Parts: sequence; C-alpha cells; structure tokens
Amino acid sequence: MSDLQSQDYVRMSASTLTPPSTRDHEQEVAKLIDVSRCIGCKACQAACMEWNNLRDEVGHFEGSYDNPSDLDPSIWTLMRFSEWENEQGNLEWLIRKDGCMHCEDPGCLKACPAPGAIVQYANGIVDFISENCIGCGYCIAGCPFDIPRVSPVDHKSYKCTLCSDRVGVGLEPACVKACPTGAIMFGTKTDMTAWAGERIVDLKSRGFADAGLYDPPGVGGTHVMYVLHHADRPSLYAGLPDKPRISPLVDAWKGMLKPLALAGIAFTALAGFFHWVVVGPNEVRPEDEARAQRELQGVKERK
Amino acid sequence: MSRPPGTLIRNTTAARINHWITAGCFVLLLLSGLSMFHPMLFWLSGLFGGGQWTRTIHPWIGTVLLLSYAGMIVQFWRDNMWNSDDVAWMRAVDRVLVNEEEGVPEVGRFNAGQKSVFWSMALLVPVLFLTGIVIWDVYFSAYTTIEQRRIAVLIHCLAAVAAIIVWIVHVYAAIWVRGSIRTMTQGYVTPGWAWRHHRKWLRRLAVTGSAGPRPRA
Repeated sequence: MSDLQSQDYVRMSASTLTPPSTRDHEQEVAKLIDVSRCIGCKACQAACMEWNNLRDEVGHFEGSYDNPSDLDPSIWTLMRFSEWENEQGNLEWLIRKDGCMHCEDPGCLKACPAPGAIVQYANGIVDFISENCIGCGYCIAGCPFDIPRVSPVDHKSYKCTLCSDRVGVGLEPACVKACPTGAIMFGTKTDMTAWAGERIVDLKSRGFADAGLYDPPGVGGTHVMYVLHHADRPSLYAGLPDKPRISPLVDAWKGMLKPLALAGIAFTALAGFFHWVVVGPNEVRPEDEARAQRELQGVKERK
Repeated sequence: MSRPPGTLIRNTTAARINHWITAGCFVLLLLSGLSMFHPMLFWLSGLFGGGQWTRTIHPWIGTVLLLSYAGMIVQFWRDNMWNSDDVAWMRAVDRVLVNEEEGVPEVGRFNAGQKSVFWSMALLVPVLFLTGIVIWDVYFSAYTTIEQRRIAVLIHCLAAVAAIIVWIVHVYAAIWVRGSIRTMTQGYVTPGWAWRHHRKWLRRLAVTGSAGPRPRA
C-alpha cells in the first residue's frame, strides 16, 4: 500500500519520530472468527490465495486435515484442526483459522529494525511494507503468535494483511467474503465485540459454560478476535497462546538496551576524549631512550 | 618492512596483517550491526548497499572475524597469560593513567590492560559468533526455536555493546600511548618505548639477544 498516500499510520517500525498520522479519524476494525460456527471448509484459505494471488507449491500429506501443514510466505491463513477429548469423553473437533492477529501492540513491529517495514494504520491493521523489509527475521522473534514467515526466495517477510487493500476501499477481507457459514465477520472492533457478546450468550445457553471472546489484553487486544467455546483454555485450539504478550526478552532488547547501549558507548568515547584533554599523550622521553641504551649496553658488557 | 637499526620488533608482519584483517572486519561489523540495532543509526546500512545487503553481509564478515581472531589467539595467547606482575600493575594503574610510569611494576610484552582487551575479545568474539549463528535466519532458522532466537539476539546485542566498549578502550589506548600505532603499522618500537612501557620485555630481549617480538628460547 506504500504506493498510495498514507497519512494514517499510528505506528511505524524503527522510527523515533511520529509517523504521518493526521488522517486518524478512523474507526478501529476487527475480524471476528467464530470458531463454534466454522465447518473447516477452507474457503477462507482459497479466497486468501485468490485475492492475494498466492500459490504455494503442492506439499505432502502430513497425517492431518491441516493442509498445507503450516503458514509460509505464500500461506497467510490456515485452518488448524485439533481433536480434543473433553471431560465427558466425547471427541471435539476444534478448527481454528490461524493467521496474523493484528495486535494492538504488535511484537513484530517492535522488533523490526528497518524503518517503515512494518506499520500500523489508524484502523488497527498491521501491515508489512515489503520494499522496506531487510529479511532479518526479527519480526518472527517479536511475534507472540508465530505468524511471520521470511521467504527464502526474495528474503522478505510475509503474513496476512487483513486485506488492507480491500479494507482501504471499503471492502471486507477476502476470507470474510468467502466464509459460507458466517463464522468470519468483519466490522468495527466495537461492533464485533458486541456481536461476539451475543454469540457467547448463545453458546453458554447451549452448555458451553466457558465460552468467551479471545481478545488478549497482553498485546493490547487484537484486531482479529476469536469466539471460543473453551475460552478458559485457548491452547486447546492448536496451541493458541493462553496469555500472549511480547516476550520480556524482546522488551529488554528493544526497550532499555537501546538507549543504555548507546549511552555506554558514548560515555566510553567521551571518557577517552576527556582523558586526552586532561592528561594528554603518553610520550617516550629522551631519558627513557638513554636508560634503555644503558640497559642494552650493560647486558652486552655482562656477556 | 624495513626497520631502522637499533629498534625492536614489536609485532611480526604476519601478526600485523592478521590484526588489520580483524580490525577491518570489526569496524564493518560495528557499522552494519549498529545500523540494525538502533533506528537512528539505520542510515549506516547505506554504506553496505542498503538494509538487505547489510543483513546479508554482516554474518559473513563475522565469520571472517572469527577465523581472523582465532589467528590472533594463536599468535598472542602465550604473551597474554595472566601472572603476578599483572596484579601488581593493576594496583598501580592510577599512576599509569596520568602518564607517570616510573615506579610502576615492570611488565612483559603486554600489560594487564592489553591482556584484558585480548581476553575480553577472546570471549566476546565466539559468543557473538555462536549467538549470531542462531539468528542467521537464512541458513539456520530451521534448526532453532523462536525462544532460542530471542535469547540469542539479546546476548548478541549485549556482547556487541561490550565488544564496542572494549574496542574504544583499545583504540584510545593506542592513540594515547605514543608509538603504539606504529607497532601495528610498521611493527617496531624504539628501546626507549620498550623501557618506558614494557621494561621486563626489553630486559628479556636484551638478555637473550633477540630483536623481538619474543625473547630467544
């Protein structure tokens, strides 16, 4: 999207300045994935490939319905199937559409060293601006959800854009448009939260006492949310993190360490400079040469 | 290198070449590394042809540095072994810092400060290399977990900052102690320089009739 004028960045990677953000009178959007209504048809996967012109190489059967087996530079969304035997001994087939969660506080953006390679628009979408990407893979270390994938071909990192190109012109994301059961909804975050509330009431009335909304506060909430029948245990759903947050290691690396490191380096250099100003060079004096010669002469004579 | 008569060999030609390969790598690593460390220094990536090239070339330069520093260790480890002179010298380091070296305990080829630089780098270079391998996404991402990479990148940055600080001390000391830079360019020192800074080394050379850098066995 960087070829279009964008003045609605609320965050920009590796930037110490305020990004162009005057056009911020925008409502935050969210995609709501109602896991309880998903039938695992993979129409969303197909729609994603279709709209974004992505075609992965045909892989191999890995013994699971997950197909392909993982996200990759050209697989931006993926249905993950989990078989779970519940407390009553019944099998539950939990199907979760995996992909970028579009965190309000994106770990990828925090970790990224390339200015403007990762941005967040005022509507909340987190986007990779590929021409600025240097392919270091730091976004992978930053992400609490294991989403970005660096292409071995062009060394750029890729993930779901939440169809920022479609949303920018008032369309819903391709996966939302394709979903046949209405399991994927799109709208303002407020509306989606309200709609999730209705769904949760319904699920609770049908015996899912722990049904709830997955909008994890550890990353400031997300712009992709799930309605889960077992919201008390998100990890049942193919390892969805129970309490995602940016790793404290990443926080230390991208927080305190940066100013402390530069201060330490600057302090050492200044200490050297002022030592020079105060003490000055340590020079060999003529008497050093004379005494050295006497020493050498003395050794010769003793021999 | 033609050496004026009466001077002493401080560093052999091989050691000097080895040193400058290491130094060149270090400076390139410092510039490219800092560009990926702090946004305000990202412009340094322009020196390497942009961000992608910086990211590509940094680990290769690091690999050369590791090999080059291994050579330095082979050439210098014996004269950097810690001994009781170093403790005595360290106690008197305040006098050294104000250029009053007379009366400071005599030291051999290297003083405790130089040895500290040598051993710091001997520790930091392998740490930087090993953690660097873990975050070398292109070739090694398949063999590491994300958590390992988070730990590695943090250690890599800490070690790099430590190495840069050691490097500044090293460079400044070379500027401050006159005659030191020539030890690495032309490789020789005057007997007076050796008398002033490394008197034990001078005495050993004289006794064994060696012109340096090491006393005859």
